[in-house]
Amino acid sequence: MTALVIAEHDNATLKGSTLHTITAAAQCGGDVHVLIAGHNADAAAQAAAKAAGVTKVLVAEGAQFADGLAENVAAQALALSAGYSHILAPATAFGKNILPRVAAKLDVAQISEITKVVSADTFERPFYAGNAIATVQSSDATKVITVRTTAFDLPADGGSAAVESVSAVADSGKSSFVSREIATSARPELTAAKVVVSGGRGLGSEENFKILDPLADKLGAALGASRAAVDAGYVPNDWQVGQTGKIVAPDLYIAVGISGAIQHLAGMKDSKTIVAINKDAEAPIFSVADYGIVGDLFEVVPALVKELG
Amino acid sequence: MKVLVPVKRVVDYNVKVRVKSDQSGVDIANVKMSMNPFDEIAVEEAVRLKEAGKATEIIAVSCGVLQSQETLRTAMAIGADRSILVETDVELQPLAVAKLLKAIVDKEQPQLIILGKQAIDDDANQTGQMLAALLDWPQATYASKVEIDDSKADAPRVNVTREVDGGLEVVSLTLPAIVTTDLRLNEPRYVTLPNIMKAKKKTLDNIKPADLGVDVAPRLKTLKVSEPAGRAAGIIVPDVATLVDKLKNEAKVI
Repeated sequence: MTALVIAEHDNATLKGSTLHTITAAAQCGGDVHVLIAGHNADAAAQAAAKAAGVTKVLVAEGAQFADGLAENVAAQALALSAGYSHILAPATAFGKNILPRVAAKLDVAQISEITKVVSADTFERPFYAGNAIATVQSSDATKVITVRTTAFDLPADGGSAAVESVSAVADSGKSSFVSREIATSARPELTAAKVVVSGGRGLGSEENFKILDPLADKLGAALGASRAAVDAGYVPNDWQVGQTGKIVAPDLYIAVGISGAIQHLAGMKDSKTIVAINKDAEAPIFSVADYGIVGDLFEVVPALVKELG
Repeated sequence: MKVLVPVKRVVDYNVKVRVKSDQSGVDIANVKMSMNPFDEIAVEEAVRLKEAGKATEIIAVSCGVLQSQETLRTAMAIGADRSILVETDVELQPLAVAKLLKAIVDKEQPQLIILGKQAIDDDANQTGQMLAALLDWPQATYASKVEIDDSKADAPRVNVTREVDGGLEVVSLTLPAIVTTDLRLNEPRYVTLPNIMKAKKKTLDNIKPADLGVDVAPRLKTLKVSEPAGRAAGIIVPDVATLVDKLKNEAKVI
């Protein structure tokens, strides 16, 4: 049995999501190969070769892969799919966009967002916004799987896989990348951070969200938000934590002015420790919080920053 | 331009489902059902395209149990012109739905298909992408803005702003194409009583998977459904001094 991981990368670096996916791939029981479909992506390929468990890195080079267009990356994975028992990708916007195309062309089911590998053909996955966990078994010849990265550890370092070129499929010609607006921040990435400070509608405005900055600075935290805060325009869309936003599982999640709707809890209830700050004692967030403070966040947050010293 | 909008009947998003004690599934007997919220956004977007003169006909499709007719009536009340129900009691998984939709697309020949990015019951996030692959069409998932570019009559395109993990990106697709909706694409209109009444007179065709020649047997077998690991109950602390103390010495996370 051999698994193929479709790597998420930006040509210059390998994304952490790929590493967590490699761990899941290895648990499926055989060798792990990694596909780097990119443009001048040698650095990403070398990083993948160092992950323990990886025995081969396949590099498909071409401008048609530079921006991760689903039509092209999926076609490349398909061209290589023969002989693989499992094909995996991270359950990120990248992986979720691409992988179902591969499954459909192979005429097999996809298992989305697994949280556990039970055996080579059986997996656990959350559904109903994480209120239920399904154990599903696939009898398809190839198991096509997206991986919830927070459920799998990083692999060890120290691998030295062979890196080989594969012939690149042509551009589909039907889609083109136009532009991107990606925020750059000195803060850690939301899905990888050990501490997340998250704000909700209670903050009230884009300007008010800045009161979370000193707290995030003190704790070296990433900043997140509820859907309500994003919809209201206080913060950008990529801050959203929740069922249809990002899934996070940091050591510490501090929910500030977040009521705790089911859909938000779906994105953060696997956090190791949850703190809630809300002026409404009945807010559902307190039902998942380990520690709660009922109070005005505009007083509590500065006081907390001061107490942290 | 004909637009096809697949819609799914799901447990209403306000309902917190419970796992059955025999672990055979989720208890949805007598719970409120509604159109999948992302599909409502898809229907709304199609209607806006029609109002802007970019779309000529909107066809809503649903695959599933007979009661999905209600979901289709809602789609028509929002503004779809007619609808098709592919009726079956078989548990439909995304691959089967994509195949059913492909058969309908082959008949109806739409130029644009708008779907919700995921259903809030299975959270699969697959159907739109699978359909695109079966049709060999391009796709733009997680759309927060959709613009038809028909400046070149013989080469129409759709430009889509997508919500991705780091922010936003814009892709341009040739038509025919598939778009899946994200939350901020639009805010669906309230359905008015006059429109509900009008919808009752619109056409709702009922067909079966066999009529389309599609095998809808599920591929994945659910062995069991369990509750997620629970969290131990937490405490309310009186002040930040206590909180910091607990975080340092009890939880040991700072």
